[in-house]
Amino acid sequence: MEARRVPRAVSDPKVRQVGFFAPGAPPDRSQSGPPHPASSSPPVSDISPSGNSLSPVMIPPPRHLSADLARGPHFSPAAPLSPMRAARDSIPVGSYNPSEFVAPTASEFTEDALSPNWTARRSNSGKFASSLPAGGFDMSSLKQNNFPASSLTTVSIVNMPPGITEKDGGAGVEVQKERSKTGSKASSKPLKEQTTKAERRAIQEAQRAAKAATKGDGSKTPAASSGLGSSANANPGKAAKASPQKKDNSPVATSEKRGSDRPQDKDRKKDVPHPRMQFDDKSRVEKAKKRSVVKQTEAKNRVELFRHLPQYEHGTRLPELESKLFQLDPVHPAVYKVGLRYLAGDISGGNARCIAMLQAFQESIKDYSTPPEKALIRDLTSKINSYVSFLIECRPLSISMGNAIRFLKSKIAKLPLALSESEAKAILLSDIDRFINEKIILADKVIVRHAVTKIRDGDVLLTYGSSSAVELLLIHAHELGKNFRVVVVDSRPKLEGKLLLRRLVGKGISCTYTHINAVSYIMHEVTRVFLGASSVLSNGTVYSRVGTACVAMVAHQFRVPVLICCEAYKFHERVQLDSICSNELGDPDMIAKVPGRKEIDSLDDWANSDNLQLLNLIYDATPSDYVSMIITDYGMIPPTSVPVIVREYRREHLWT
Amino acid sequence: MDFQVVVLAGGFSKTLVPLVSKEVPKALLPVANRPVLSYVLELLEQNNLKDLIVVVESESAALLIGGWISSAYVDRLHVEVAAVPEEIGTAGALRAIDHHLTASDILVVSGDLVCDVPPGVVAATHRRHDAVVTAMLCSNPVSGSTESGSSGVKDKAKKRYNIIGLDPTKQFLLHVAAGVEVEKDVRVQKSILRAVGQMDIRADLMDAHMYAFKRSVLQEVLNKKEAFQSLRRDVLPYLVRSQLRSELLLNGVQSEENGNDKDASQNPKIVLSQLLANASTPSFHELHALGPNGFSLSPRKTHKCCVYIASNSNYCVRLNTIQAFSDINRDVIGDASHLSGYSFSAQNNIIDPSAVLGSKTTVGPQCMLGEGSQMGDKCSVKKSVIGRHCRIGSNVKIVNSIVMNHVTIGDGCSIQGSVVCSNVQLLERVVLKDCQVGAGFVVTAGSEHKGESLAKKEK
Repeated sequence: MEARRVPRAVSDPKVRQVGFFAPGAPPDRSQSGPPHPASSSPPVSDISPSGNSLSPVMIPPPRHLSADLARGPHFSPAAPLSPMRAARDSIPVGSYNPSEFVAPTASEFTEDALSPNWTARRSNSGKFASSLPAGGFDMSSLKQNNFPASSLTTVSIVNMPPGITEKDGGAGVEVQKERSKTGSKASSKPLKEQTTKAERRAIQEAQRAAKAATKGDGSKTPAASSGLGSSANANPGKAAKASPQKKDNSPVATSEKRGSDRPQDKDRKKDVPHPRMQFDDKSRVEKAKKRSVVKQTEAKNRVELFRHLPQYEHGTRLPELESKLFQLDPVHPAVYKVGLRYLAGDISGGNARCIAMLQAFQESIKDYSTPPEKALIRDLTSKINSYVSFLIECRPLSISMGNAIRFLKSKIAKLPLALSESEAKAILLSDIDRFINEKIILADKVIVRHAVTKIRDGDVLLTYGSSSAVELLLIHAHELGKNFRVVVVDSRPKLEGKLLLRRLVGKGISCTYTHINAVSYIMHEVTRVFLGASSVLSNGTVYSRVGTACVAMVAHQFRVPVLICCEAYKFHERVQLDSICSNELGDPDMIAKVPGRKEIDSLDDWANSDNLQLLNLIYDATPSDYVSMIITDYGMIPPTSVPVIVREYRREHLWT
Repeated sequence: MDFQVVVLAGGFSKTLVPLVSKEVPKALLPVANRPVLSYVLELLEQNNLKDLIVVVESESAALLIGGWISSAYVDRLHVEVAAVPEEIGTAGALRAIDHHLTASDILVVSGDLVCDVPPGVVAATHRRHDAVVTAMLCSNPVSGSTESGSSGVKDKAKKRYNIIGLDPTKQFLLHVAAGVEVEKDVRVQKSILRAVGQMDIRADLMDAHMYAFKRSVLQEVLNKKEAFQSLRRDVLPYLVRSQLRSELLLNGVQSEENGNDKDASQNPKIVLSQLLANASTPSFHELHALGPNGFSLSPRKTHKCCVYIASNSNYCVRLNTIQAFSDINRDVIGDASHLSGYSFSAQNNIIDPSAVLGSKTTVGPQCMLGEGSQMGDKCSVKKSVIGRHCRIGSNVKIVNSIVMNHVTIGDGCSIQGSVVCSNVQLLERVVLKDCQVGAGFVVTAGSEHKGESLAKKEK
């Protein structure tokens, strides 16, 4: 305990120092960070490759908000030196449009091609009927029997509620029309447009938003809406003309939109990451339950200290959600599938979950079509919101996912109003792709390139759990021919390390596998500890898989440097001092049961005994004192420099 | 959710012969005075699946079924009926409507299924594992009622075992063998056993005939293997057998991964898919594909066959035998009464208000009396279903039986454990025990039948 206290006291001023950065003195700032016992790193600017990774030295001065907003959705990976930025600002928005729009139109065509296909098939179906061995129906008899001429006899028709047709887009509508024409059954009775609950709500919201918009800024809304009116596939002259106007409007429009969006979102889900609900607050829990799609039964016997965290009976949730597959109309199948896999625990790991979610969103955006009389920006945002709340119900979001959602939403909000739907969709799709590529995959590569300089021949590296960045690092180092040994430390109940071990051994790396109980014994021989992280918070706390803190502390005690590999998109401005106030609780059954060992399953009916509580914590927080260095895509930094990155690059994360 | 539903309603099944007739195809057999097909349709409707294709064998059946659906489900479901020739099997039926299948996954449901398992669970399991096929299994129905005792005719039905092999997590299907093949021996593929390490062999499960197929795979198999006739006997075993050496062209990803490692580190798509693959817990398929030491240059192609096992609390039976027909009728107004959609009276029975009962006539619990039926004096009805507009004389005993519509029963008859089809005339003092009487048959007065199947001679 004493040993722990001492560095604490030393590091305290460090933390405070971070908070006092004057926003306009970049050179001093970068020097204040690096000197740290373990990081004998070369000057950061040297290692940072030419790509988009910026070393802390090159932190640009804070920009004006308006200038930033005026930038198109185009992201340039080059260092944002002010003159360049100015030049970019002056590029008319329309100028890069044509090149960007090549792909979208093509995709639109393929989409459209679907519906004629289907309809053609339907009109041909008479032929199919006759080609069937038994022959189709006789036409005359059909007339009498009111059966249409096709091998598929439409015997009953429902006028689909608009919610459904909207989902499968134009194709569905056309088919529907075609059906009602050919397969005219007596059921062609006029149906009133039945509005689903979700739709009524959406309409209400749209109205509310419109009201707020008119109230907010009367003079600017007409201009914005006129921008909306000018369709983007109009001639280039018009586009060029519209562009300066657009440029003026876009910041206004977005800011106004943000203003109007807030109240709209409020009753649904607040901003993402969701302000954590205190689950010991009964009335709120009740309210949330009413909203929720997944039926959630709160687990009994929760540990007192963690009552504020959601904990559900895992056993009941999966079948519950599964059985509802077809009743969850508003949730896109891809999103549903991802949610299901989160809930079932098929996907884990911050990066993978984030990528899976983004890809699901991509799918949903591809299939999205704006309902009539709605703006894509608003409607899509609310759609994404509903998806996100669905995903939260499946499993609480990780911070990386929260950041990615924030990015996507800001992207949607920032779409120029004048864009046509297909263009807007194409832009969003490519934005998501770019996010995945730049923030995750490229970032991992850069991290690996940085971190591999820390591996020397003869090293014994220790890693805990299974981190994708660390895995890439180890494999890369092995490919470079470095001679090292790896200790994989693992823990129950997930035993993720086993999978990592399997892959590393498959690559021919010599490994040692042990459980966390033995970490203090194995630490003698270790020379470096590489750990992954779920997030790095702005006080330098590393929020990661439970057990990480333990490993880091042991390493610290043994004077082994602890290097955290974490992509910068996982950084978060939150400050967290312990792992109690914000955490996630896993399925307690996982620790109660040991697969394959029935004889020690004494905890079988633990839920029935009142004086027993099980705690399966998912994350823990490692204080920055135990972290020697954080390796990010912006370079190798001490934990004290995290706020710098959070502050300076947050905007870039969001507005790329 | 990008699922297309195909209901295989069958035609005039041979196994149900005295019950089905030219007027009543299998799908329209009444279960608690409602066609059996309506149970499936209602289940689908409850689950918001309103776009259905109903495939019917033979046109006359299609006309009958189509007519019924259009009268009963107009404005509730969007149903298309496709007529296919008889005797082409379930696989053949799907082959015939091949060109109408467009969604990415197809849910194939048998029209004779009476169950309360939401199809969503099958679809969800299917999606979660990205499986090629997902089958729903349920525990074997308890055949034969305790009261009626054993009946010689139906013993054959009880003998039908399915041998089903599951992996330890009970998510994947490793082996299927239908009853007939099991008689001699069970052959288990060594490669599958080696890959999984452990296989649970179960004989207490029944294939509920609710499948989710990946459309591309289904179409490919149907086109390639033209000899395949039945989904259950040909397609499913084939897919299960070949799951570790897949001959299917699955979409994109797996074939791309064939590139060597150098290539893999360059292409962000591949890095991405690897990242995702590493993060998810691998099933034995993936482990097998990677080879013994986790890496092989050309991964073996695999596909997944999943199962969903309905829990015992769910009701799930197929109406494919005469025994099953009476069992289902008994259960729907008895144990599984939530399926029937009727509200039961205080006596736990359903008597239509328009039915007329004579004096001293008792209708016991778990009975149903259709509209417009008349009963004479001193009758007693126990655990039976009586259809619409029946005229039943006095002193009649009906126990554990099903009497369909427009049946005339003379005085003093006794009917036990039997099925009496529509428009049958039973003259006075007929005694039936464990019999099936085909539609329109006239049973002569005073005759006694036991365990017989009575039907008009086909001309």
